Amino acid sequence: MPEFDEELIMRLYKTMYTIRSFEEKVSEQAGMGMIPGFMIHLSVGQEAVAAGVCAALRQDDYIVSTHRGHGHLIAKGASTDRMMAELRGKETGYCRGRGGSMHITSVEVGGLGANGIVGAGLVIAPGAALSARLRGTDQVAVCFFGDGASNQGTFHEGLNLAATWKLPVVFVCENNGYGFSTPQSSHQSIGRISRRAEAYDMPGITVNGDDVLEVYLAASWAVERAREGAGPTLLEAVTRRWLGHYVDDEDDYRSAEEKAEFTLHDPIEQLERRCIEQGLTSTSQLERIRSEVDEEIERACAFAEESEEPSPEDDPGLIFSGGER
Amino acid sequence: MAEDKAPETQFLTYFEAVRQALKEEMELDPSVFLMGEDIRYSIFGPTKDLHLEVGEGRVLDTPITESAFVGAAVGAAITGMRPVVEIMFADFMTVCMDQIINQAAKIRFMTGGQVKVPLVIRAPGGMLSSSAAQHSQCMEALFMHIPGLKICVPAGPVDAKGLLKSAIRDDDPVLFFEHKALYFASDEVPLDPRFTVPLGQASVLREGGDVTIFAISGMVSSAVSAANSLARDGISAEVIDPRTLVPLDTDTLLASVRKTGRLVTVEEGCLTGGVGAEITALVTSEAWSDLKGPVIRVAAKDQPVPFSPVLEAACAPNAQTIAAAARECVGKN
Ligand SMILES: Cc1ncc(C[n+]2csc(CCOP(=O)(O)OP(=O)(O)O)c2C)c(N)n1
Ligand SMILES: [Mg+2]
Repeated sequence: MPEFDEELIMRLYKTMYTIRSFEEKVSEQAGMGMIPGFMIHLSVGQEAVAAGVCAALRQDDYIVSTHRGHGHLIAKGASTDRMMAELRGKETGYCRGRGGSMHITSVEVGGLGANGIVGAGLVIAPGAALSARLRGTDQVAVCFFGDGASNQGTFHEGLNLAATWKLPVVFVCENNGYGFSTPQSSHQSIGRISRRAEAYDMPGITVNGDDVLEVYLAASWAVERAREGAGPTLLEAVTRRWLGHYVDDEDDYRSAEEKAEFTLHDPIEQLERRCIEQGLTSTSQLERIRSEVDEEIERACAFAEESEEPSPEDDPGLIFSGGER
Repeated sequence: MAEDKAPETQFLTYFEAVRQALKEEMELDPSVFLMGEDIRYSIFGPTKDLHLEVGEGRVLDTPITESAFVGAAVGAAITGMRPVVEIMFADFMTVCMDQIINQAAKIRFMTGGQVKVPLVIRAPGGMLSSSAAQHSQCMEALFMHIPGLKICVPAGPVDAKGLLKSAIRDDDPVLFFEHKALYFASDEVPLDPRFTVPLGQASVLREGGDVTIFAISGMVSSAVSAANSLARDGISAEVIDPRTLVPLDTDTLLASVRKTGRLVTVEEGCLTGGVGAEITALVTSEAWSDLKGPVIRVAAKDQPVPFSPVLEAACAPNAQTIAAAARECVGKN
């Protein structure tokens, strides 16, 4: 791995492990009824996509996220304490408790929103990219979306617009093989979603989405290309969703054998193995990172727990910016 | 002998009642079929594994593509089929607005009556435990503005079954708003496959002489509890559930207001431009001389539905706010 320096690899490892630890904690707390709502979509198993793509971005680049958006936001640099507080519906949360899991975002780190509407981001990201061009910056917008979302009209409209106007967008399809309970083979007639890029005259690349270095390399290429004004790329990362579609999902549409395979592709373990094999790090160094992260997540939980509920008094400034009613 | 008689009713939840209506109508009419996202899985239950009972070809899981399958349903409806499609959450109707508003609602009129559109769109709406701004909306008022769409808002299992059967047999597009918080409400539901509830017939859930409470969907049971608490204070409230907003049973509503002289409207959707606004306009123009005071509208705040449980609760009406409005209406607050 000559092109990867140790600092980058440790950063990717830490990001992936932070996502894993955060999501597992959310799963545990949701199971205990501590997190309001039932539409909590976790990204355990998909950490490499968020980590690899966001490592290729600058802080001032944008990401447009999905209903399964915790990992994207962590990878973009949001702090886990304010995220945890948001999931608990607290005033200290990034969205002041108004958004929750499906709408969690931090604009200060470049997050333009998680989304409850599948496919919505595919036309918002080109708009952020257009804005960057009009403002004369070289910012890039990344749009995360799923295999299921690639069937919405907005996928086709967004890609066409971005390609026609050569906008600095990277469309990142996290293909985890399912749109909710529906396997990819039942929701579209193609296997490789990146093939659709051809129809819009942009590069289409499929990578192993469980290999963070492969994701990072492909994303870096696409981001630089976008930044230089060469237009959008469709990057498909094939991955696996280990848990149910949402926390209450019985997940009876996937067989036990299929589920047993997931962990064989663990993106975190894979990176760990490679690092140790190539002498880039030691088991104890990785262990130290993990325990640091676990402590951070515990602190985030404590922060969320101690934070205040929002006051039921209205804040009209949240509806119209001038506070009109 | 009593034991020889088949039972006439069955104790069912709201989602089971919806399922029974779908199954009965599919058995009666081969042109009825279902489409929607993950409907075989069925997050709230009404269509779970229904394909195993009525045939694979009649329960179609679609890609995530509301515009395509609602549009396809319009195409199928004008060519001899009776599609019943599900929008997983009513909020996602925005994604296929053109197909509903410009196509389904208008195609009969625009073709000079050459086609009919026997299409049903089932859509769960309303607030349920912190579903937040894009999964909690009540969309019915928005569609009341569009001529050509019929609108059902069943508040319990019996009406859910009876109205859905009528909706499927109806030759016009019907938007059928189920309420997420009602899916596990239960009641004795008639089993006779001929049982239906006609569109356009209100039900009077409680008779009273002091004030009329007009409530819909998820708010009906809260209105009944409010009426019960008002009764303890000597205020006699009449509770009316229109069951369908289009067509609207104006006779029942106006007769009640003529009797009580007072009206409170209750809905879980936003106040401005809501169902209550239309009802208020209707009553003030048709029964002005019978009104003893202003109509009071009880509705959700004019804001997106918040995630936080504290804020969500403060956003929606409840039995207490309904009772308070009724007291104010009769001048006994
Ligand atoms: C417009 C719209 N339709 C349907 C849904 C319900 N829904 C939420 S997530 C989801 C599946 C999305 O699949 P995919 O895009 O592959 O993302 P994944 O969940 O696999 O991450 C569905 C159907 C929605 N939120 N919005
Ligand atoms: Mg998917």
